[in-house]
Amino acid sequence: MEIVKTKREASGIKTILFRDRRCAKAKPGQFVMVWILGVDEIPLSLSLTDHKGHSGITVAKVGEATDILYSKAPGEQIGVRGPYGNGFETVGEEALVVGGGIGLAPLMPLTEALSRRGVKATIIAGAKTKAALPFIETINSYAVASHEVHVATDDGSYGVHGTVIDILKDLLGKRSFDVIYTCGPEDMMLKVFNIAENHKTRIQACLERYMKCGLGLCGHCVLDPLGLRVCKDGPVFTSEILRKSSDFGKYKTAADGRKIPV
Amino acid sequence: MKPDLTVEIAGLKLRNPTMLAAGVLGISGSLLKRVAEAGAGAVVTKSIGPEPRAGYPNPTVADVRCGLLNAMGLPNPGIKAFSRDIIALKTLEIPLIVSVFGSNPQEFVEVAREAEKAGADALELNASCPHVKGISEICQHPRLLSEIVKSVKSAVTVPTVVKLSPNVADIAETAKIAEDAGADAVTAINTVRAMAIEIETGRPILANKTGGLSGPAIKPITVRCVYEISKSVKIPVIGCGGIACWQDAIELLLAGATAVQIGTAIAQKELKIFKSVASGIQNYLKNKGYKEVQEIVGLSHQY
Repeated sequence: MEIVKTKREASGIKTILFRDRRCAKAKPGQFVMVWILGVDEIPLSLSLTDHKGHSGITVAKVGEATDILYSKAPGEQIGVRGPYGNGFETVGEEALVVGGGIGLAPLMPLTEALSRRGVKATIIAGAKTKAALPFIETINSYAVASHEVHVATDDGSYGVHGTVIDILKDLLGKRSFDVIYTCGPEDMMLKVFNIAENHKTRIQACLERYMKCGLGLCGHCVLDPLGLRVCKDGPVFTSEILRKSSDFGKYKTAADGRKIPV
Repeated sequence: MKPDLTVEIAGLKLRNPTMLAAGVLGISGSLLKRVAEAGAGAVVTKSIGPEPRAGYPNPTVADVRCGLLNAMGLPNPGIKAFSRDIIALKTLEIPLIVSVFGSNPQEFVEVAREAEKAGADALELNASCPHVKGISEICQHPRLLSEIVKSVKSAVTVPTVVKLSPNVADIAETAKIAEDAGADAVTAINTVRAMAIEIETGRPILANKTGGLSGPAIKPITVRCVYEISKSVKIPVIGCGGIACWQDAIELLLAGATAVQIGTAIAQKELKIFKSVASGIQNYLKNKGYKEVQEIVGLSHQY
């Protein structure tokens, strides 16, 4: 599949646009298996879908495969399988969206979908620094478009000096939400889940695991003890499931099938 | 009265003739449990070797429309770590069959012994993975195949099934070699060696270049293999390869299979496929006036 366009989102983070009819109709939270020819194939959330048939993935440089994918230019080829997975379910009227770093990727099309449904969303976005915060322009445009936006950076270089968790605690202390959608580092999502539990608020968390097939067959992305596959039963899981999962926030399965810490 | 769906393979009692095929979902105990809860008659684990193995880099699968191409490269946690999963599955309500591989008879024996000790109800020897050097060729070397089966049989007491490769000149002959060496049953077939190329760049899709084809494309090959094998051996044959609905399962029973394994179809039809195939078989038997599965096994051989 030919890369149509690329867009730098932050330091070491880039969105890659391509044309695919099925991806353009994907639900927010669904993902694709992206083949970086000659290198690897990795799961990435769709971070953009539009009516012109464009779809986008957003990649952060974290290793060999993502470094090479990041360096791809328009006109170059990538392989795309999917979309796969369940995606977010847009429920309720008062939605809180909590994203950290590259984890903001699947939350972008979600926020668009909430807008289309007329849901007023409150967005908490965070990163280590301003330079590492992707989608700043888009997020700021949400603030104009009747959503409420809070931004935190660990070093205080943009928005509140602190983390998304600090803002989340503060907000939940003052008001209630029907649902919290979250994606980011798993320890962050675990904190979001625990805080939400204390406030009796349901969450939908978008998880990431090592995958080989993406089709629900290889079993590498399993969540114990329920035997749920992140690629097929997820990647978005609700509080009901997360409560029963002994792996969430703790363990993942390595390429050889052994459990290792997240 | 409803026809009886139970079948027996080498002393293993299955509540219905559907089984989970090796290589699919069986890398985790919790997934095997879920398959059992979904109604399968037995489950086969991912192939387990003596040491942990990461397998090949991605892409390890390619969707080829008529089926699925894969070259996983036998990723597995090794028998030591996997024994814990086997032990944890002691309470599984259906037979647990551990798929075993090794690069020589000694390794097969080592893994087989450990699997039996941990509580495996039976073993399935993977003598036929089409994309890992050494293992792919076992079925093509009658003497090696025979030696592996004999070594394992003398080392364990649980039933031992041999999974056969279709990538041989005469699969009935390979089955006979397994039977003569003491195999209690055979599974036919493993995936068919195949390849896919991306045409914009000319690059083979799988990182391993070649792999094994599964899914609907290979079902007629499975039917032919099961038919030929069941004519040449007395031990039970388990049909595997491309089964996606109850009609496929019936076709294989008629060809001579006592049970059928399901794998790739789970991607499309989810785990409910086990119940739908089992109830489809039951309805077929009822409509045709049969009382039990065994009555139709190999029925096509009369023609």
